[in-house]
Amino acid sequence: MRVALFVPCYIDQFYPQVAVASLELLEKLGCEVVVPKDQTCCGQPMANSGFASSTKGCDANFSQNFEGFDYIVGPSGSCVLHLKEHHPSEKIRASVYEICEFLTDVLKVTSLSAKFPHRVGLHQSCHGQRGLHLSSMSERNDKPFSKLQDLLAMIDGIEVVLPQREDECCGFGGTFCVTEEAVSVKMGQDRINAHDANAVNYIIGVDTSCLMHMEGILRRQGSKVQVKHIVEILNHA
Amino acid sequence: MLSHAEASENFIADAARTDWHDETLWLVREKRDKVSKVLPEWEALREHASQIKDHTLANLGEYLQAFEAKAQANGITVHWAADAAEHNAIVHEIIAAQGSKILVKSKSMLTEECHLNDYLVSKGIEVIDTDLGERIVQFRNEAPSHIVLPAIHLKKEDVGETFHQFLGTPKGNKDPQFLTEAARQHLRGHFLASEVAITGVNFAIAETGEFVVCTNEGNADMGAHLAKVHIACMGIEKIIPKRADLAVFLRLLARSATGQLITTYSSHFHQPREGQEMHIVLIDNGRTRQLADPKYKNSLKCIRCAACFNTCPVYRRSGGHSYHQPVAGPIGSILAPNIDKKANVDLPFASTLCGSCSNVCPVKINIHEQLWFWRQDLMAAGLAPAAKSIGMKLMAFVLSNPAIYRLGGSLIRRFSGVLNTRLNPWYKQREMPVAPKESFQEWYKKR
Repeated sequence: MRVALFVPCYIDQFYPQVAVASLELLEKLGCEVVVPKDQTCCGQPMANSGFASSTKGCDANFSQNFEGFDYIVGPSGSCVLHLKEHHPSEKIRASVYEICEFLTDVLKVTSLSAKFPHRVGLHQSCHGQRGLHLSSMSERNDKPFSKLQDLLAMIDGIEVVLPQREDECCGFGGTFCVTEEAVSVKMGQDRINAHDANAVNYIIGVDTSCLMHMEGILRRQGSKVQVKHIVEILNHA
Repeated sequence: MLSHAEASENFIADAARTDWHDETLWLVREKRDKVSKVLPEWEALREHASQIKDHTLANLGEYLQAFEAKAQANGITVHWAADAAEHNAIVHEIIAAQGSKILVKSKSMLTEECHLNDYLVSKGIEVIDTDLGERIVQFRNEAPSHIVLPAIHLKKEDVGETFHQFLGTPKGNKDPQFLTEAARQHLRGHFLASEVAITGVNFAIAETGEFVVCTNEGNADMGAHLAKVHIACMGIEKIIPKRADLAVFLRLLARSATGQLITTYSSHFHQPREGQEMHIVLIDNGRTRQLADPKYKNSLKCIRCAACFNTCPVYRRSGGHSYHQPVAGPIGSILAPNIDKKANVDLPFASTLCGSCSNVCPVKINIHEQLWFWRQDLMAAGLAPAAKSIGMKLMAFVLSNPAIYRLGGSLIRRFSGVLNTRLNPWYKQREMPVAPKESFQEWYKKR
């Protein structure tokens, strides 16, 4: 299966290991992975700040890089949701997948040869969860499910723990993290405290942006807890 | 006036109080979860309510006229107000005709929206808010911080202090039962003496011309049953077609609001009792403008349960007053810009767009999507600070050009240390990410 790997701009620049793990994992699962080299950003930072009118350049560049692929897969729930909801091309909206949903829904992965013998706290990133429906939501009276926990259950040795208030937002929120700095940080601190109460060694999630925010707070606190994107676990030898 | 971000920073400065506020409201959210999850039909009920409201809004004119005709036939005087000024003038006229200088009022967010209290005070009329929480904030000369729990920002110590000052309760007494009894005695006198009672309206039924007021304290009934004149104030979106529809909403309202199965009192006002005057004031105040915009129309479905407040992680950590509007929280943030874009430009940005609000909404308003739409409309209206506009355009330019993006990326990674400054809001309480030597694309090229 031919797959185009969508690497969100800030992952490309600051978290290349997340893109490497995505690439390796998809290849391991038998995909032919193409990395369009002139890709930049999905346009979400502008759009969520009220400047959707300024994303035409990003939209066009995305189209140029990804047109013609039936599967566009990216390791970011938030960027993928933005494309699904707002990219002008219907073909792109229908072809873009967050990597976990691609694994469970398209590749229908049932086993992975990976081990991660650690206690990890799972952060449900809102856009992946409430936007892309990667798992059931605590507010709703629906049958519980979790594509993320289904995948993590395939990993040897891992112990996954959900924090209290299992799907509360971490407070990143795009430009919210700087325009509403006080609330953003307070929300992040509260999430971290909830994970700390479970004595986890790692906080993992589907959105590097949430993790970047919590990592920033953890490092300022001098905490030993580390953050990892879920693909880094799924690809862990 | 402080922006939401500034007011929140002040609120959060008291971390212990912020935690208490957050936890108190989270408890309410948990109660709501519990009672909604024992109803297997909960999601269908939400959908049903949403469809009734959609249908009503699509035929609003007809239902309003039907309601007016029925209400008049029942002996209720119906008034129409285009805006807050007209509404306040109508209410004042009714009171003046009665010759009253003091009145009791049960909870009505609409009269908060219209700033009726201030208006009546300016006309020499004293308004006694009879909802306990509202009376507390009224003593303190504050606005309600929550549409269902108006004094939720206050602790019992604060209430004890306020009652000591205004009702003469012993200093230091913070016993809720004692303080409630003091309020009860204080309000009783006003109930008995007032000739005019104002109430809000939760639902008005087109089929019968009656209106329904939901309270937990019975204060609306106490006021309306004792007064010679009952004035009910309602936004035109409160109409529902039939009595049978009421069952759907009453099941949803209290469950969503406080986790109760139903409000203690769901009082139906059908016609004035003998010798009583009953008035109802129907107000537009921007609602028809909202109705005309397909993006925002369904915000008019709101039944003011405040479930979106209680679930909102931002509201719980910033308090209602940080929204500087009578209706705070996520729903307030999509209603307020319709009234005044410039004054409320910060509100749609006081959200991470996490989407929890839309999930708890009993009438399925897509609140977080409307927040996003308002962001676009407010920026398109030229309300962005110059620095933001320039920054966004620069960012859009860089990210549209792969070569410039690559150059910019490598420069930021190489010189990321310059961002470690207090001038960078990220860095104030968070470390910057550690910049890797190579971007992914650089690594991939060599692979």
